[in-house]
Amino acid sequence: MLGNLTLAAIPLDNPIEMGAVVFMGIAVLIVLGFIARYNLWGYLWREWITSVDHKKIGIMYIILALVMLIRGFIDAIMMRTQLAFAYGKHHGYLPPPHYDQIFTAHGVIMIFFMAMPFMIGLMNVAVPLQIGARDVAFPFMNSISFWLTAVGMALVNLSLAIGEFAKTGWLAYPPLSELHFSPGVGVDYYIWALQISGIGTLLTGVNFFVTIVKMRAPGMTMMRMPVFVWTILCTAVLIMAAFPILTGTLALLTLDRYLDFHFFTDDGGGNQMMYVNLIWAWGHPEVYILILPAFGVFSEVVSTYSGKRLFAYTSMVYATLAITGLSFIVWLHHFFTMGSGADVNAFFGITTMIIAIPTGVKIFNWLFTMYGGRVRYDVPMLYTVGFMITFTIGGMTGVMLAVPGIDYVLHNSLFLIAHFHNVIIGGVLFGYLAGFNYWFPKMAGFHLNEKLGKRAFWFWIVGFYVAFMPLYALGLMGATRRMEHYDNVAWAPYMWVAAFGAILIMIGIGHQVAQIVVSIRDREMNRDLTGDPWQGRTLEWATSSPPPFYNFATLPEVNHAEPLWDAKQRGTIERQARDHYEDIHMPRNTGAGFIIAVFSGFFGFAMIWHIWWLAIVGVIGMVLTLIIRTCNDNIDYYVPGEEVASIEKAHFLQLSSADMEKQHAD
Amino acid sequence: MLTEPAGHAHDHGHDHAQEAVANKVFGFWLYLMTDCILFATVFAAFAVGRDQFNGGPTGKDLFDLNGVIYETSCLLISSVTYGFAMLGAYRGSKQQVLLWLGITFLFGLGFIGLEVKEFIHLVSEGDGPSRSAFLSSFFTLVGTHGCHVTAGLIWMAVLMFQLGVMGKELTPAYMSRLTCLSLFWHFLDIVWICVFTIVYLMGVV
Repeated sequence: MLGNLTLAAIPLDNPIEMGAVVFMGIAVLIVLGFIARYNLWGYLWREWITSVDHKKIGIMYIILALVMLIRGFIDAIMMRTQLAFAYGKHHGYLPPPHYDQIFTAHGVIMIFFMAMPFMIGLMNVAVPLQIGARDVAFPFMNSISFWLTAVGMALVNLSLAIGEFAKTGWLAYPPLSELHFSPGVGVDYYIWALQISGIGTLLTGVNFFVTIVKMRAPGMTMMRMPVFVWTILCTAVLIMAAFPILTGTLALLTLDRYLDFHFFTDDGGGNQMMYVNLIWAWGHPEVYILILPAFGVFSEVVSTYSGKRLFAYTSMVYATLAITGLSFIVWLHHFFTMGSGADVNAFFGITTMIIAIPTGVKIFNWLFTMYGGRVRYDVPMLYTVGFMITFTIGGMTGVMLAVPGIDYVLHNSLFLIAHFHNVIIGGVLFGYLAGFNYWFPKMAGFHLNEKLGKRAFWFWIVGFYVAFMPLYALGLMGATRRMEHYDNVAWAPYMWVAAFGAILIMIGIGHQVAQIVVSIRDREMNRDLTGDPWQGRTLEWATSSPPPFYNFATLPEVNHAEPLWDAKQRGTIERQARDHYEDIHMPRNTGAGFIIAVFSGFFGFAMIWHIWWLAIVGVIGMVLTLIIRTCNDNIDYYVPGEEVASIEKAHFLQLSSADMEKQHAD
Repeated sequence: MLTEPAGHAHDHGHDHAQEAVANKVFGFWLYLMTDCILFATVFAAFAVGRDQFNGGPTGKDLFDLNGVIYETSCLLISSVTYGFAMLGAYRGSKQQVLLWLGITFLFGLGFIGLEVKEFIHLVSEGDGPSRSAFLSSFFTLVGTHGCHVTAGLIWMAVLMFQLGVMGKELTPAYMSRLTCLSLFWHFLDIVWICVFTIVYLMGVV
């Protein structure tokens, strides 16, 4: 009846895991209690769970990402404290099987359930507004994408309470991830969480590619698109080209584990290096899927806060396209030590170094944009400057690792760990945090607390350097990744410094939590009445904050790369509502996406625990829900022009009162 | 909001429907390209595993080209009959659409039946996917294609049910679904030509 699932699956004997489970349970109970206390069930269902509005879906993605940032960080600080203590005769507080799960969970959560949802959340919020569209091309599919991601996230976190997580590292290399060496459910949790959320990501890629190609406002040619939109377009291409490889590769591993196939086993003719090749053929483009949108955010931020047009827009676009193309011919640099021979390694070493060229172009573009501008050092701009310095260092250590000879020495050492955290924290995360601070007033309608935001930035960047610079040194001294104990006592001081850095980052995250809480508390004092708090240049700032659900009452006509800036310069912005508005065509909300995802969750859980009847129920539930949804022809409606007119009137009234306040203050 | 000339870009339901159909077909086409990459992954796995026999049988020992010819014929003919269904749809004749979809469904079912028969035969002889990396990749590649065809058959059955039993008309929404399924069905035909050539023909020479 319950497959392999028994009470023994709950880790009652492990106080640390049980503590985490209890903590998670209490957090969930508090949230549920809050919802019940204010009877928000109906509100949540109508306004959020069934919503197909890209702005709300974007906000839900970002909330998910921020929660997972904390979860992933708890894993990180456990590793750092363990290594601060576990040397020589001391063994720390984490036994190897638990430590192995922690570093796997840290990598999986940070990449798949923090960075990916954060990026997809930002693009959901910003892209349709920036291109002057009323929603994405497939709003219902967008809802499915989000809920599939949420289910994948739920499965990973469920593994803490029921069973175990993978002990294989974040890419689950065979033969370790094969049934013979990992007989537990950890790898199965890994597989199904990634499969389910991966399908969601793939659908997002298709959705945004069609949205950007087909739904831009009249007059917005490709070379008038904001750079953020360009980077999302390239990310969508990479998602479509790379994620099927992940789906396929994990499916092959699944067949090995469930049905005794021999793709990657060490018997029967299997080939482990095929897995490593395939997973990195996805994995390297994935790195660019994450960093390109961050580059896009920096481009928007640097131009806005310098009060200047982006320097050399065209070269920025071509650099982005070049990185997109190159990202598919570098995957082998992740395993030079496979030993493909000098020619192959040289080829991949050189292609890897070539990527530094378009990236360098970008860095100079941002610097020259700042040059001669009136730079305002608000939080997003601080992250941008922090990024430019940090990412350049990370890029240079990357070029070092691209030399196969050096890589043979540093492969799988802490030097590598320092390198990729240098580019992922200094590049990806700083980019998303900049974007979060930049677009927060647009999403929420009020400002984030500036003081706490700046403090958070300083703790983040100082904490980053203190935590990861020692790892470069440790890597050169021979310390390897994924060790829970070391004999060389001389490494310990470096580990202490690194642990101290992690504590600084923890204080930074604390400030971010406080920033959000304080900003929500003080929201009435910090309303963004203008819709354009940073003197923006692109279309998202031409709407109110938060924008009406239809985004634009009349679709904007674009004849400039910076349409809003251009309109402000020429004084052609509308200052009052029109007498008449057309009816607006909008999609209806639907619960189908949520229901399909819930069934996919049942399916995933059932597959992990071999509860075959439930797996069948899950599949039938998903397919039936989809079929019933396709039978429904009543999926859209028209917002009457009168309703649009009254919303717009209120908006313009607010605008003029904001103007009066400003004049008063002047 | 910015400078829109008066009287421009009126929202008509008709335009929206056309635009939505065009977007759907374009989006589905993109999905097919991603599916293409999924197949490429499985083909790559087959290319690596195709001569890893683990002391077991080779393609020469196992494949019966006569059966495969029947399978191939079924699928190719079903592509033609689907084409007739689309012609009927363009003429606005629901009867013809239903008739030709029904015939296409039967040919598709015949293909799946023959494939399942081949799989059962191989497994019963002890040459299942666990025997060797070659057989693992064979079953996976051919089976992945078979799963796609099965999904196409379910989709076809749902469309026939919606048009025939629920009485839905050939509206733009349903035309776009017929077009997407058409793309899917012909795509699977092309993939099968590759499977037929690389797995079966190259397997027996």
